[in-house]
Amino acid sequence: MARNIIEKIWDEHKVADLDDGSTLLYIDRVFLHERTGSIALKGLEASGRQVRNPEQVFCAMDHIVDTFPGRTDETVMPGGKAFITTTREAAHAAGITLFDLGDERQGIVHVVSPEQGIAYPGVTLVCPDSHTCTQGAVGALAWGIGSTEAEHAMATKTLVVRKPKTMRISFDGQLPPGVTAKDMILHLIGVHTAAGGVGYAIEFAGEAVRNLPMEARFTLCNMAVEFGAWTGLIAPDPNTFDYVRGRPYAPDEAHWEVARENWQSLVSDPGAVFDKEIRIDVADIVPQVTWGTSPQHTVGIDGQVPDPAMETDLNRRQLMQNALAYMELEPGMPMEGIPIEAAFIGSCTNSRLSDLRNAAAILKGRTVAAGVKAIVVPGSGLVKKAAEAEGLDKIFTAAGFEWRESGCSMCFFAGGENFGLETRVISSTNRNFENRQGPRTRTHIASPTTVAASAVAGELTDVRKLAAQ
Amino acid sequence: MMDKFTTLNSIAAPMRRLNIDTDIIIPSREMKRVSKKGLSEGLFAGWRYTTPGGREENPDFILNQAPYRDSQILLAGGNFGCGSSREHAVWALHEWGIRCIIAPSFGAIFQGNCVRNGILPVVLDDDIVQSMADHVTVNPAHNRIRVDLDSCTVTAPDGETYGFEIAAGDRRMLLEGLDAIAVTLQRDDEILEFQARDRLRRPWVYL
Ligand code: SF4
Repeated sequence: MARNIIEKIWDEHKVADLDDGSTLLYIDRVFLHERTGSIALKGLEASGRQVRNPEQVFCAMDHIVDTFPGRTDETVMPGGKAFITTTREAAHAAGITLFDLGDERQGIVHVVSPEQGIAYPGVTLVCPDSHTCTQGAVGALAWGIGSTEAEHAMATKTLVVRKPKTMRISFDGQLPPGVTAKDMILHLIGVHTAAGGVGYAIEFAGEAVRNLPMEARFTLCNMAVEFGAWTGLIAPDPNTFDYVRGRPYAPDEAHWEVARENWQSLVSDPGAVFDKEIRIDVADIVPQVTWGTSPQHTVGIDGQVPDPAMETDLNRRQLMQNALAYMELEPGMPMEGIPIEAAFIGSCTNSRLSDLRNAAAILKGRTVAAGVKAIVVPGSGLVKKAAEAEGLDKIFTAAGFEWRESGCSMCFFAGGENFGLETRVISSTNRNFENRQGPRTRTHIASPTTVAASAVAGELTDVRKLAAQ
Repeated sequence: MMDKFTTLNSIAAPMRRLNIDTDIIIPSREMKRVSKKGLSEGLFAGWRYTTPGGREENPDFILNQAPYRDSQILLAGGNFGCGSSREHAVWALHEWGIRCIIAPSFGAIFQGNCVRNGILPVVLDDDIVQSMADHVTVNPAHNRIRVDLDSCTVTAPDGETYGFEIAAGDRRMLLEGLDAIAVTLQRDDEILEFQARDRLRRPWVYL
């Protein structure tokens, strides 16, 4: 029978069908971080249980650590140090691999995992973090769980999971110049809402996805959760195999051929059935920027702030009104030209080498507008090193950006560093929720190139105009 | 052992806004310690208090209003609990006193976290939740809602009864207050057998 890729990985990991229709699923890899992983390790310890296969469990330090140059265990976040030291102690006690401060492999969990070859085609990987879906870009079934479930996965090597419905989203055609994976996913969420994927595992497919470089594929899968999906993934192809080969935790050369042969079958069979199919012609997509407080509140940069009065669904209308009040915007305002006070490039969505290269290409020979606080945070120590080797850091600092150590940084507000009350930020991150980047901070999400262009202009800007100059 | 859930008869608070995310349920800055306890103070902190990080109550926020302070049920909007995976959202709700959330849909991770911590997530059609919210708003103390996990029903203030669906495993876990890990480890032989077979089939996965 024809099966889709999600069903194939599912079947390969099925330990048992449970009587209520859920599945006991084998989990290949667990990844933790110091904010939610610390609690999972402590919980396990408190119940007297052990990590069953510690060699398959990894931990990042990314959420709470500061990203200032010369950082230590001390944090701007009050009490942050305890998360760091507790995690370190618990990780050592459990015998799992920790990518600690001072290690060049340290960085954001969803950047580090594929970079180290921990996520690769066909594995199941879980992490108590909602953006675990990012790692589906290498053809892994990777999803976010709670801390208690992480304890379960570590203690039993399994999780009890209800089989998600499946959806295929095909992005057809060729991406227009200046339009990126970030714009593709924002466009999707804008059209189909932030709850459009609830209950589904999604295969991203189609010509435009096949043509995406690996690093852009992570961006696409990263925001599957912002679409409400259980997870998203992309079938592995020769690009994926090239990306994975030779990475520290990837299959070694002795196993490489047999692994790759297995991975080649990880595609949806012709005639495979999905519970839902969506097709999008990417020729219609323009650079996106969000205007509200949900990722579904997105428009083309050449568009306007929408009018809630035009929305027929009352709940959605209310949400739009709340968002406009929070963002202090009026219906009908052109997006282009809205003044910004800060710019942020980073996060598991857009902090990889190619993101930095693309932003630097816009910034080269230009400077950030007066009064705009601009920060760039590489996704891992290795990304930072590679960027410095090609002089990207110099371009950023010459333009007026702060160049930071890797971590989640101001993607979210943990109680420490933030953009400040009612500051308007253009950000390459994934969430524009109320207070996400700081108390009453107003976040506009966009691609790293749109962030760079807007930082230069001091206002929301169509990157296509700057790139053409 | 977590709390058992069998039946509940309680005042319900309508919070029908769409997409209430876990950052709203508990802002990051309120997650101050490596602990599952002491989180209820931070519940809905951004809405509940007048200033960010402050503790002066905002009288307009529903859970600060007299009858709703005793709510054990939330009548929520679609996609409730979306966003960040933080289980702190559920720990905070539970510690504050919430035992059941009725919504047209939930964020997937949040829904799983509820079941593992003794909170019953009930999915009902949007118009049913709305009609219950309308009743409750008129007189919260007299318009109580009854939830019965044994029969999987919700009885609205007007006496109308609605059935809901929940996975049998989740239902059992809530009804009996079971420890999920202990339940799974009853199948440990099967897991170890699977692993032995898998090691031969996919040797590259084993580090
Ligand atoms: S970068 Fe942001 S979204 Fe990504 S894991 Fe860190 S806090 Fe979460």
